[in-house]
Amino acid sequence: MQTGTLLIVLATLAALTYVGGRARALALVAGNPRQLYSLPVHYGVLAALWASLPAVALLLGWTGLEDRIVMGKVWTELPAQYQAMTSDERDLARAELLNVAAGVAPSSDPAITDGAARLVEMKARSKQLRGLLALAVGLLGAAIGIMVLRPNLSARTRVETVFRFFLMACASIAILTTVGIVLSVLFEALRFFQSVPITEFLFGLEWSPQTAIRADQVGSSGSFGAVPLFVGTLLISLIAMLVAVPIGLMSAIYLSEYAAPGVRSVAKPLLEVLAGIPTVVYGFFAALTVAPMLREWGSVLGLDVASESALAAGLVMGVMIIPFISSLSDDVINAVPQAMRDGAFALGATQSETVRNVVIPAALPGIVGGVLLGMSRAVGETMIVVMAAGLAANLTLNPLESVTTITVQIVTLLVGDQEFDSPKTLAAFALGLMLFVVTLILNIIALRIVRRYREIYE
Amino acid sequence: MSDKSNKTIDIVHAGLARRHRKERWFRRMGVAALSVGILFLLFLFVTIFGNGWSAFQHAQVRLQIELSTSVLGSPETTSNDELRRADYGRLIRDALLDYFPEVDSRRERRAVSGLVSSGAVYQLRDMVVSRPQLIGEVIDVWLVADDEVDMLVKGYIDRTLDESERRISNEELGWIDKLVADGRLDLRLNRTFLVSGDSRDPEMAGILGAATGSLLALVVTMVLAFPIGVAAAVYLEEFAPRSRLTDLIEVNINNLAAVPSIVFGLLGLAVLINFVGMPRSAPVVGGVVLALMTLPTIIIASRASLQSVPPSIREAALGMGASRTQAVTHHVLPLAMPGVLTGAILGMARALGETAPLLMIGMVAFVVDIPGGFSDPSTALPVQIFLWADSPERAFVEKTSAAIMVLLVFLLLMNLLAVYLRRKFERRW
Repeated sequence: MQTGTLLIVLATLAALTYVGGRARALALVAGNPRQLYSLPVHYGVLAALWASLPAVALLLGWTGLEDRIVMGKVWTELPAQYQAMTSDERDLARAELLNVAAGVAPSSDPAITDGAARLVEMKARSKQLRGLLALAVGLLGAAIGIMVLRPNLSARTRVETVFRFFLMACASIAILTTVGIVLSVLFEALRFFQSVPITEFLFGLEWSPQTAIRADQVGSSGSFGAVPLFVGTLLISLIAMLVAVPIGLMSAIYLSEYAAPGVRSVAKPLLEVLAGIPTVVYGFFAALTVAPMLREWGSVLGLDVASESALAAGLVMGVMIIPFISSLSDDVINAVPQAMRDGAFALGATQSETVRNVVIPAALPGIVGGVLLGMSRAVGETMIVVMAAGLAANLTLNPLESVTTITVQIVTLLVGDQEFDSPKTLAAFALGLMLFVVTLILNIIALRIVRRYREIYE
Repeated sequence: MSDKSNKTIDIVHAGLARRHRKERWFRRMGVAALSVGILFLLFLFVTIFGNGWSAFQHAQVRLQIELSTSVLGSPETTSNDELRRADYGRLIRDALLDYFPEVDSRRERRAVSGLVSSGAVYQLRDMVVSRPQLIGEVIDVWLVADDEVDMLVKGYIDRTLDESERRISNEELGWIDKLVADGRLDLRLNRTFLVSGDSRDPEMAGILGAATGSLLALVVTMVLAFPIGVAAAVYLEEFAPRSRLTDLIEVNINNLAAVPSIVFGLLGLAVLINFVGMPRSAPVVGGVVLALMTLPTIIIASRASLQSVPPSIREAALGMGASRTQAVTHHVLPLAMPGVLTGAILGMARALGETAPLLMIGMVAFVVDIPGGFSDPSTALPVQIFLWADSPERAFVEKTSAAIMVLLVFLLLMNLLAVYLRRKFERRW
């Protein structure tokens, strides 16, 4: 049975059990719900849970293990030479086996063809068996669920316990995601550091990830010194922050301290539209409009601007971050108590003096937190730099030249054909690890600062 | 005494003009900062819309085509299959050569048939297959023109350039002018763009495939992220004891919300594709990755919404004898729902515009077919924009801008829906 139909059948079974359980609970007390410990609904739901949870658990476990068990079984039936294979060869043979079984490509090896036929046959049998077992477990559960119902059974408490476990499981998915990210990036990064020493990666000055295809090839042994990428990322992020922080901060000050309510109600949403535009649109705009424009202006001034200059990517990225800085600063500026402003006015300060000497210092921790969050976003931003910054890893601080960033390299290394053992692809995961660690540190510091600041005024 | 106070006020007066000047400057800087942001927004929109609007029309050529029985066979004897495989290119070529009788050399013949898109063959085929009774007649049809012709008609190719520097020769210019003068070459509504998948020929490329891929991925995201996000928020806000585990979960969620999206792509590649063995380029994988990415956003918005429900509601329910679960599911959650939905829609809008994680899991393939299911290979709208932006043909620039316009329209609709929900159902307690 297909997974979809099986799930529908199980759902129908659960619904029927719900109706049955509810009816039986009522029948037990001769139709008088007051004699029941819980509402009739709870008895129905409890019975339905009995019918569905064990069956679904079985289904999940079976589906998870099926491929591995079936493959192991088929493998032991292959001729002896296959048993003696090294792990690389085995992976290759298994991949071929799977391809033949899926009907993608026929194989010249009769043993593999036979094995693939076995694989298909056993999979079909496993599917049948799974369907039958799940159905049996479901029916058994339904029977148990209906039989255990008694008028004094605390059905509500049990249902609510299950419900609470479900909620808790959902909440812990956040932790699982983090663990998943750390493990997946860390494992591949560690494999990368086995072939390239970590010191070379962190401090090497040359980045050219082209590895040799043949052993005797000259000139492309690949070098994985990531310093040019770090410098490039930093340069572009710095340009972005130079654009975003003054503009974002001044906009926030103007909107919260000066602007008339009418202006504010129009300008604030407009600024927030900037935050809603997908980054791929910014990237297209940077590559198509801003970069050629800068090049033209540069040639008027007699400067040689690269067509994929760090400046173009940085400027556009800065605009992307403006609403981020301005809305965070707006929040903290509004959180500064009015009494502090009134105090400054009473001493005869002008409005700008109040803002500069009272409001900003009071809001500074929050603003710094916002800037750090903006910085972490700039470091991790991908599409703008992929489309508008270059690929060549130049170690330079000149914003008119082309530089490359961590995210650009991750994308170029992982998009397209890839073999999963070469240091080239693994390097992307090492870069991902760096990216994750750096943004994590920035985020933690920023969130700390913001939170501590909030506690002062509330 | 009076001497001294006079002195102070003098100092104040002396500096007042300077201070007021500073005040005005500060104010102007604020206005300037705000205007820079808004002007950039306008500049971006004008550029995109200016480039993109022309893609919703494209050049078409009206040809008199004889659906000759010698090529197609007679309608009674030809099977559907044979009809599909017939040489429609020849019909179009013959029609063009009839129209330009002066053309005779082999090179010129090729150039003439190049005026019509290579995709026009399928256009004609579909027409004949659906209406076989036309066979044997002479019909007057509009066929899609080649992208270079399209660019010329739209004015993107400079006629005054030297012949060697433009993509269209003088000879072709003459033919095109003749077609235009006869009313046989015109800009017409571009249906292809809205109803077909990707193509290497700009004039045949459409966004329906990418839009369908986006839709499928978003359905998966919605189905996963919405219930899980709301459940997590309810747990953290209503049930969780203050413990180190709860603190850890909270810190975790706040951090996940700020993790770069490309890292989620790496997670999808390493865990979902390499470890679990899900198919590459499939909307289901994209949906799961986007769901993990939007989950923190939905949780944070839902918690804020749950917090804004006053405690008296809970207490009243508990006082009437409801259990805590009943108080939450019957009273608190329904009251918080508008805020929760608003947060979920905004999260979905962000997921719709996200590109980087989809690149990681291989949704960048060149896919012509419109995906029919969750595991078919497909792209997504933003990825299609990225792919077209990389294409060298001039005609793809307007296609890219037009695809961006479509994407922005979807985002606008989602945001308007969120604003509407908030306005309509939000309660101030």
